[in-house]
Amino acid sequence: MKPLLLWSDLLIFLLVVVLTVFFLRLARDPQTREHWREVFSTRLGMVTMTLILVYVGIALLDSLHFRRALEPVAGSPEGEVFYSNKVTSVLDVMLGGMGERFERTYSAPFALDSFEKQDMKDDNGLTYRDFPPLEHAGRHLDHPGERWDDVLAKSAAALLWGALFSVLAIALQWAFLRRSPFPWHASWITQAAVICSAVWLVSMSRHYHVLGTDLGGADVAYQSIKGIRTGVLLGTLATLIMLPIAVSLGVMAGYFKGWVDDVVQYLYTTLSSIPGILLIAASVLLFQVYIDLHPDFFSIGLEKADARFLALCFILGVTSWSSLCRLIRAETLKISQLGYVQAAHAFGVSHHRILVRHILPNVTHIILITFVLDFSALVLAEAVLSYIGVGIDPNMASWGNMINGARSELSREPVVWWTLSGAFFFMFVLVLAANLFSDLVRDAFDPRSGAGRSAT
Amino acid sequence: MFAYIVRRLVYAIPILIGVNLLTFILFFVVNSPDDMAVSQLGQKYVTPEAVQAWKRKNGYDLPLFLNSQEQGAGALTETIFFTKSVKLFAFDFGRSESGRDITTDVSTRMWPSLAVALPTFVVGIWVNICVALMVVMFHATRLDRWAVFVFVALMSISYLFYIIGGQYLVAKTWKLVPISGFNGEIQPWKFLLLPVLVGVIAGIGAGARWYRTLFLEESNQDYVRTARAKGASEIRILFRHILPNALIPILTGVVVVIPSLFMGGLLIESFFGIPGLGSYMLDAINSQDFAIVRAMVFIGSILYIVGLILTDISYTWADPRLRLD
Repeated sequence: MKPLLLWSDLLIFLLVVVLTVFFLRLARDPQTREHWREVFSTRLGMVTMTLILVYVGIALLDSLHFRRALEPVAGSPEGEVFYSNKVTSVLDVMLGGMGERFERTYSAPFALDSFEKQDMKDDNGLTYRDFPPLEHAGRHLDHPGERWDDVLAKSAAALLWGALFSVLAIALQWAFLRRSPFPWHASWITQAAVICSAVWLVSMSRHYHVLGTDLGGADVAYQSIKGIRTGVLLGTLATLIMLPIAVSLGVMAGYFKGWVDDVVQYLYTTLSSIPGILLIAASVLLFQVYIDLHPDFFSIGLEKADARFLALCFILGVTSWSSLCRLIRAETLKISQLGYVQAAHAFGVSHHRILVRHILPNVTHIILITFVLDFSALVLAEAVLSYIGVGIDPNMASWGNMINGARSELSREPVVWWTLSGAFFFMFVLVLAANLFSDLVRDAFDPRSGAGRSAT
Repeated sequence: MFAYIVRRLVYAIPILIGVNLLTFILFFVVNSPDDMAVSQLGQKYVTPEAVQAWKRKNGYDLPLFLNSQEQGAGALTETIFFTKSVKLFAFDFGRSESGRDITTDVSTRMWPSLAVALPTFVVGIWVNICVALMVVMFHATRLDRWAVFVFVALMSISYLFYIIGGQYLVAKTWKLVPISGFNGEIQPWKFLLLPVLVGVIAGIGAGARWYRTLFLEESNQDYVRTARAKGASEIRILFRHILPNALIPILTGVVVVIPSLFMGGLLIESFFGIPGLGSYMLDAINSQDFAIVRAMVFIGSILYIVGLILTDISYTWADPRLRLD
């Protein structure tokens, strides 16, 4: 076993550190703490935060990569170990080899037979056409008729285990948090639901394909779970690349005014006048040409996919800073007219210090709201970009690639619905949680929406 | 008014020059014509002669900025920058990599795009405003809270899902309209119905939620309280007081996209097989036809700038207090 650190793995852990530091610093301010308290004192806030953390946790587990050592081949020199070209993550191990059970092609959820007929030979050597039985589904059954009884029995057992784990997890938290003023019970119910369905999914997929298999015979449930890392990472990384550009330019434009303001305004008007999707498509295509011309940069396929993924995050970040920049410029213009900034000027405080101490802390609520709002938009955009063909590398698991690969399946008879449903469901839960959470964050932090509410 | 428009048009020139320079840098400096030739001709078996021939055929065999072999003005005009980028200002888009005239393609393809985008836009706004008004009437009740939740849920569904689901349900299961295709002469409404319906439904979540916020902001104003104190009915307040006043923020978001309707939608057009500009762009992206992408970037930015000017003009119409000068 050899650990493998992809660039995106490094970044995702760096990101966690940066975000934790950022939120801890924010929490030092009593007013910000009050806002967060407002967010988490609602049940909805607790539920959505739990769901988001589950997604982030899965993404982190999926970022601990390693390459398995291959079995030594006879005749190879002693002591030398070769590593598999396939990259495994800790999440793959926890899912119990869910991604290693390939079939030949499509199969329906819980099916025992393949979706397409195939030439087979019977005992006498004669060829006939029928649906071949799947290699990894229902192999333990003596008779196909027992399938649904078996599914029910196994589900009941799995749910019992799930309930047990949930009770343990909740009891542990209850011991520490029972005096907390926040509605933890909402979070606990969500946790129990997540734990139960996770235990059920893992234990069922040892015997069946819970969400069927796709065209290449890969398990759809596994593919959908693997898409989580891509979605979460893209949503956060692209925003984090965009933030420094938007914040520094916006603050400088609003504070220094004059020609700096003119230049920044010119830059963002120019950038926002180009149709976003075309700019992104053009940049991605250019990067693709670059990769194609330099194939020797990457030793394994996944590294190439990773490079393209990072380039996509970078491009999305660089092309999308104009709206946040405009907001921050307007807010800075307002703040720099206020008494305390004028007073700081009069005392001869340096520009740098005024910007860092007086302006920046007062625009952080805009940064925070944008960060949460953009996250869900980016997750949705990924699917669209992959569909257009300028998104994630086709070798990398992502919801966009799943949808793209399955778009013509609905015209089949009978309909292949499970690939699309799997991708859409996992995407929908994440985006819905993020959207609801961002609404709460905005209500708590945006002074305008707060005033509007108290007046009604 | 006239002087204002002229001034705005003059301001637009540096922005267009910026767009032009940016695309030029992206397409010719970051990615040299040689790279483009190699990727167009295929990765393997590319001879230097083939690259030169491809460059000559598509007019990329000139120097980037300055042609030292030409005399006088030719030193500036016989360059890639002049022939490929400056000529866009004269709406001379040249030929695509596959040899078709881009200007004719664009002028024939913008009408199907508009045929889908315009009804989607008009019906969409009408439906969103109606839904938002209905929700505002029940403000601060349980119905209102659930409506907001439904809006957020609708927003969280991928656009691709709306399209695929609509095609499956309406066209395949119920067989009401053809799944895809476009015909300008025979019953064009049959082909337009589903794309427009999908576009409208996909927009309800974000649209109605936004209008609701705007209406609520207006309903906190003093004039609404005055009207209520004078005994005006809620319906009258909603339609005679709130709606006209909320028109200004609505216009900011809405008018700016009107010119861009010509560009159509990438996804809708490719799924429904509509031969508009959206699917034109998508084909160009997929076949890596940089000439078309360049032309579309330029057209798109012009339409956006026209949209910004139209927004300003529409303010004076909606709010008599404003005057442009």
